[in-house]
Amino acid sequence: MSTIFIIMSLLLCGAMIVAGLMAVWPGRNLPIVILASGLVSLLASVQFLLLAAPDVAMTEAAIGSGLTTFLFFFVLNRVRKGTHHG
Amino acid sequence: MVSRFFVLLLLTGVGAIFVSLMFGYVPDNALNLTARYYAENTVRDTGAANIVAAIVVTFRGLDTLGEVTVLFLTAAIVGLVLAGSQQGRLRREQPAPGELLVTGTRLLVPLTLLLGVYVFVNGHLTPGGGFQGGAILASAVLMLLLADPLREFSHQLISAIESISGLVFVAIGLLGMVYAGGFLDNRILPLGTLGDLISAGAIPVIYSFIGLKVGAEFSSMMVNLSETEEP
Amino acid sequence: MDYIAMTTGFILILIGLFGALTNRNILRMIVAFTVADTGVNLVIVGVGYMRGRTAPILDSAVAAADAVARIIDPVPQALVLTAIVIGVGVTALMLAYAYKLYEKKHTLDIAKFTELKW
Repeated sequence: MSTIFIIMSLLLCGAMIVAGLMAVWPGRNLPIVILASGLVSLLASVQFLLLAAPDVAMTEAAIGSGLTTFLFFFVLNRVRKGTHHG
Repeated sequence: MVSRFFVLLLLTGVGAIFVSLMFGYVPDNALNLTARYYAENTVRDTGAANIVAAIVVTFRGLDTLGEVTVLFLTAAIVGLVLAGSQQGRLRREQPAPGELLVTGTRLLVPLTLLLGVYVFVNGHLTPGGGFQGGAILASAVLMLLLADPLREFSHQLISAIESISGLVFVAIGLLGMVYAGGFLDNRILPLGTLGDLISAGAIPVIYSFIGLKVGAEFSSMMVNLSETEEP
Repeated sequence: MDYIAMTTGFILILIGLFGALTNRNILRMIVAFTVADTGVNLVIVGVGYMRGRTAPILDSAVAAADAVARIIDPVPQALVLTAIVIGVGVTALMLAYAYKLYEKKHTLDIAKFTELKW
């Protein structure tokens, strides 16, 4: 049972590092960057659940991954015109 | 690139600190003194089943008061900074939101509100609590905002909910000073039996008002950010 | 599992710092800060984890009497709960200022803001 958890945790962590690199690598589209940072938060909330912290997992899923992504998109929607990449 | 070189140098230094921290880390085998106190005395002192909720609301309740104050300040500053950008809503031509989104919103908003209220009313028994429930309430507001971007939200209503819940939170804390051991003591109401919905003294009441306040604060942040005009 | 989580958290902090220092666009810098924020939270929760114990919630599975031997440390979880909520507040504040700067200059490139340079 615990081996399954450790394998899941390793997979999640690999996915989180890949998503984190996607979120900060220069030259990607801003919507992809924002979605990748939301993905990091979502995977982190599953990781919190595996670390026996359900309260933190709920908070991260509702606030860190949901609300923050939408706040970014509201601002991105306003500044879309004339944003320079880079 | 000189700046790129310095960035890599800095990251290597910080990474070396992290590696040494990792090698010096020894996992605990037993709870430390603070955690042991909370594990032994939470049920006797507060009657709450969720120890994290008991710590957030009673043992470190003053921290939580500071936290909602910080959130209130953030919402107020976001409103202040963006105040110049929102003279009147621009009635621009917008693509109509899809049929699916409008119908789905009509179905899902009451259910989402119900889920949010459930999460913060049961905060002392199950995972969840005021902050999570407040975020779920705010996501219901977000859905309304997505289905109809031109909808007028009542800023008076949002700020009234927020101020009243903040005042009630502080008032319950002061009642704790008069009728029980100290500020934000939850024993002003009977503790009840462990695991009942109406138990744990004032914790469900305080957490419900925290939930309303946090939901109102997040909603006001989102409404302010989405109401800005296109420059 | 705690070692895995802590290593990932440290790597995420480094990734976030790298992104905040190398990107020129203000929105990308804010995204990098949120990534580093998640990394810090992972490290703190990882420190509180103990092998073979369960979440700090008392129910039929964990009786109140033997809670000391069965639950993990609840204090880091309460701290991270606060940190996440404050983190979203800080992000909203940064976004509001970023929007205000955009309104002033119609660009988000940090190299174009030269008022405080000399």
